[in-house]
Amino acid sequence: MAAGFRIMRQRFSWTVSKNKMQRSAETAGPAASETLVKIRDLHFARGDRVIFDGVDLDIPRGRLTAIMGPSGTGKTTLLRLIGGQLTPDRGSIEVDGLPVQELGRKALYELRRRMGMLFQSGALLTDLNVFDNVAFPLREHTDLPEAMIRDLVLMKLQAVGLRGARDLQPSELSGGMARRVALARAIALDPMMIMYDEPFTGQDPISMGALVQLIRLLNDALGLTSIIVSHDVQETAAISDYVYVISQGKVIGQGTPEALGKTDSALVKQFMQGLPDGPVPFHYPARDYMEDLLNA
Amino acid sequence: MKQSKTTELMVGMLIAAGLAALFVLAMKVSNLSSYSAKSSYTVIARFENVGGLKVRSPVMAGGVLVGRVAGIDYDSDRYEAVVTMEMDQSYDRFPDDTVASIYTAGLLGEQYVALDPGGSEDFLVDGSEIEFTASALVLEKLVGKFLLNSAESGNQ
Amino acid sequence: MLDWIRGLGRGGFRFFETLGRANLFALKTLVGVPAVLVRPRLLVAQLYSVGVLSLPIIILSGVFVGMVLALQGYNTLVDFGAEESLGVVVALSIVRELGPVVTGLLFAGRAGSALTAEIGLMKATEQLAGMEMMAVDPIHRVIAPRFLAGFISMPLLAAIFSALGIYGGYFVGVGLLGVDEGAYWSQMQSKVDLYDDVYNGVIKSVVFGLVVTWIAVFEGYDTVPTSEGVSRSTTRTVVYSAFAVLGLDFVLTALMFGA
Repeated sequence: MAAGFRIMRQRFSWTVSKNKMQRSAETAGPAASETLVKIRDLHFARGDRVIFDGVDLDIPRGRLTAIMGPSGTGKTTLLRLIGGQLTPDRGSIEVDGLPVQELGRKALYELRRRMGMLFQSGALLTDLNVFDNVAFPLREHTDLPEAMIRDLVLMKLQAVGLRGARDLQPSELSGGMARRVALARAIALDPMMIMYDEPFTGQDPISMGALVQLIRLLNDALGLTSIIVSHDVQETAAISDYVYVISQGKVIGQGTPEALGKTDSALVKQFMQGLPDGPVPFHYPARDYMEDLLNA
Repeated sequence: MKQSKTTELMVGMLIAAGLAALFVLAMKVSNLSSYSAKSSYTVIARFENVGGLKVRSPVMAGGVLVGRVAGIDYDSDRYEAVVTMEMDQSYDRFPDDTVASIYTAGLLGEQYVALDPGGSEDFLVDGSEIEFTASALVLEKLVGKFLLNSAESGNQ
Repeated sequence: MLDWIRGLGRGGFRFFETLGRANLFALKTLVGVPAVLVRPRLLVAQLYSVGVLSLPIIILSGVFVGMVLALQGYNTLVDFGAEESLGVVVALSIVRELGPVVTGLLFAGRAGSALTAEIGLMKATEQLAGMEMMAVDPIHRVIAPRFLAGFISMPLLAAIFSALGIYGGYFVGVGLLGVDEGAYWSQMQSKVDLYDDVYNGVIKSVVFGLVVTWIAVFEGYDTVPTSEGVSRSTTRTVVYSAFAVLGLDFVLTALMFGA
């Protein structure tokens, strides 16, 4: 794994240095750099349940942006909206200057080729082995000769440290390995951005550490723009450049991880520090406890 | 996306078996073999009444299948049924004074056209018309006639 | 009472809504079919899992249905001294009805339920959404090949069922019960018509294949993406397919042989 990183570092050294230069030239905050994803006044409801109630987001190019929030705040929904799989009730979403919801099918698919998405479950195709899974987008979208596809796939697999696992079936992979294979697949077409849906959920510490490192490294080495949706505060905050906290359909806090750590907002504080009680109450709404007990 | 040779082989076998089965149904089970796409010639015959004759009913000569009914129409000018028959080309030596009759196979069986060759030296060719015909027997008419006859004989 | 009527109305709405979605879905699938023909490998893989894997149950059932028909038919016919017609009885019942219908039901149980479960699981594990995000239309890549495979397999399976059924009847009738071999085949050939019987039977099997596969892939694609949802969809596939096969069989029979 470490060797893999080293090789990748060498290969993409020019990108890294360019990226570093960029970063040193810029100060923190999304306003300073070019915006890749721009969300304005987003409203979205599922049935009667309002999921987004006027959300504004800017995802800066070349950065690692985290979107955090308690379970059920529609973080996955947000990624699907960005990917154009869902349509908002109101508001606009622009990716690389293109209004996602107004694109025709062809243009949307064109845009999606430049996006990678890592699903929570990995979403590997169960009837294909690891190699074919990574080769899948290449075979679907390019007419490259098989020898070149093989080289590309092995490069991507090497990047995630699973070149040796190429002949395994998805069912033989552990959760962390499956996610790394999915990551290799997501970068197969060299996208401009990757969206991670809860990449750390249910991982043991080792594969969690591997993933955390990998996500940061890929972002910098490939010059990607990354969006991480997660409620694993510590891990996510550790690698992200900028954090949005969403709760009850609104952005309740944003800033660099350090800035958010010192926030005054009680809600953000409760979430970032994982306090059991606070603005989000420990108890489900109920009658008064004593009253409930006595009125048996 | 490797596809094992066995998969392809099995699918090929499925398709082959399916087509073979269709072939069996067509050739061995149904009557296809008996009229298939042999070359044929068409003759017509006019009947007062064709009874239960249907398109694709057999045309027999001496009990041998020699053709099939290809169409049944009604000629409103002459008030007659016109039966078109497709005859097997290998039986092309029917005299032009052949008699066509509509008979019933068995007591309640289906009806067919029977050809009784005459003695003419000229043969039926494509488009010929058989001039001598005997219509189907209609059971009700027969019974009616029988009752009439027995009533008459009873009177005498 | 009012609630009951309202429930009925709501159910009706939902029914038509589902039906509409299913039709749209079928339309999209049909649009995807030409793309499959360009890539026959996808189709071959599905022909294997839909067609070849259904073969054993079809072969066994075909032979046994034919044997039972011969046994039952013989017992009835022999009373009238008409056991020579055994071939006709077996062939007509199989070619016209039992071949397409029983194959349709077995196909729904074997291949249809497997299709629904497979597609439903792909949906539940986000594989379909993942494909969409990789700019691959799952309807073209996943649904259309399966649909086409079902559509092709079903008539082939029905033909195999019918042919084997007739040979099963031959085995019992001629081999065990002593019906004259010549009579078995010649009576059959004189009474079974290629167009009226064989051809209509094939049309039935094509229609059943279309409908069963359609129901199966739609139920899979439309499933609630949880394990409970998938198991429910699978059950629904079998139940709806059985209804559709039997109901359509009546309609088709009325159209073909009724007039």
